[in-house]
Amino acid sequence: MSTHVPETETETDTEAETEVEHSEPLAPAQEERMRKKAEARADREERARQEAAERATGDDDTVHLKVFRFDPEVEGKQEPRFDDFHVPYEKGMTVLDALIYARDTFDSSLTFRHSCRQAICGSDALFINGRQRLGCKTQLSDLDQPVRVEPLPHAEVEKDLVVDMDHFYDQMEAVEPYFDADELPDGELDEQRQTRENREKVKMSTRCIWCGACMSSCNIAAGNNEYLGPAAINKAYRFAMDEREGTERKQHRLNILEQENGVWRCQTQFSCTEVCPKDIPLTEHIQELKREAVKSNLKFW
Amino acid sequence: MSQSYDRGLVEDFGRWREFSAGMWAWVFHKFTGWVLVGYLFTHIAVLSTAISAAGQTQAIAAENDVYTTVITALESLLVVRILEVGLLAVAVFHILNGCRLLLVDLGIGLDSQDKSFYASLVLTGAIVVASVPTFLAGVFG
Ligand code: HEM
Ligand code: SF4
Ligand code: FES
Repeated sequence: MSTHVPETETETDTEAETEVEHSEPLAPAQEERMRKKAEARADREERARQEAAERATGDDDTVHLKVFRFDPEVEGKQEPRFDDFHVPYEKGMTVLDALIYARDTFDSSLTFRHSCRQAICGSDALFINGRQRLGCKTQLSDLDQPVRVEPLPHAEVEKDLVVDMDHFYDQMEAVEPYFDADELPDGELDEQRQTRENREKVKMSTRCIWCGACMSSCNIAAGNNEYLGPAAINKAYRFAMDEREGTERKQHRLNILEQENGVWRCQTQFSCTEVCPKDIPLTEHIQELKREAVKSNLKFW
Repeated sequence: MSQSYDRGLVEDFGRWREFSAGMWAWVFHKFTGWVLVGYLFTHIAVLSTAISAAGQTQAIAAENDVYTTVITALESLLVVRILEVGLLAVAVFHILNGCRLLLVDLGIGLDSQDKSFYASLVLTGAIVVASVPTFLAGVFG
């Protein structure tokens, strides 16, 4: 997971600000002290610059990132390009850590989403060295350099590494991703218990963090915007397979899934299963729903 | 609202170097399937020369009827022999991977879908290599 990268900024700025404020003529001794301080400050700044430069050029402990840049709102940045960042490597550093360092140190306009830094919020799915991965779950030590970081394929790029997720969320909503049982228990406070076996069955499918990596990797979803996509189908699986919901509700869910752009679009390319950061067996779930759909239509089964 | 940048084809088959086993299996399966359909047409065209040959008993006995001439002419060409090896490769892969896809549809062994793809490839290779002497027999003579 993500490790905290210590801040390495020097304190020079704040000192400089407080001292320039003196406007009345200064005593010679004071003037001398100011001069010395200024010299020392320049010295420190120079050293810091040198250190930064050394870090940037030394090849054994810096990481070379090539980051996709694009900003439709700035004249000179409308043509997409790759920016190089040389980030000092710390043990355990993730791609997200490196991006944060690059943004905080080199270019504050570098834009990307992140929040939890522990693979649970699903906001930093990126296309890293040709594969959909979570920035915060990807160790730099596992990657070949230069590390190429791009926004998720098959989604509109808003700016730099940020893509439009609306379509993905729409597909997720389309499968009615909430528990909705046919019958509620009598008592208001009664629990709706699930058997251990049933919980085990849906366990993996509950792990989705809505990162969109699977959708981005899917060749079919890329060519067909109507296709529900692996994440939404997996979400539907989570509820369709939940025995507490009841047969009527399950039938309703299967009706959604067996439509033209539901489960039958899947061509078992396994790309989604390959990239899912939560190791959800997506293809397996889609295939199982295909069989469920067939069974519910062939009544003599 | 901001306009956004569409990266186009780069994201699709331009990324073929980054495909994983399941994706390659899909690409090959589609390709071989359509090659087989294509072959079906040439196959029908060649075999239908037998229609005009039918009934020409004398010509058939003398082995110079339309069908026999066409077939022997084709089979004497090295390209045709090589294409036949290719056809076998395509058909064998399609059948083996078709069986793999059947298992995938039944939800059997999904964790080893990549291994079964590699197995299909290796088996196809072995069968094709073993078939070469048969297919090329006599063409150089
Ligand atoms: C024993 C022989 C065969 C087996 C086991 C087999 C199996 C399969 C399977 C399972 C699929 C579905 C792939 C998917 O799920 O996406 C498929 C697709 C296909 N097959 Fe075959 N097949 C066989 C023979 C043939 C032959 C002889 C032809 C050509 C005349 C052919 C042409 C195709 C084509 C064109 C597709 C792709 C269809 C599409 O675009 O979705 N197959 N095959
Ligand atoms: S299924 Fe996996 S890859 Fe897809 S959105 Fe959920 S966590 Fe991300
Ligand atoms: S920052 Fe939350 S998943 Fe990576």
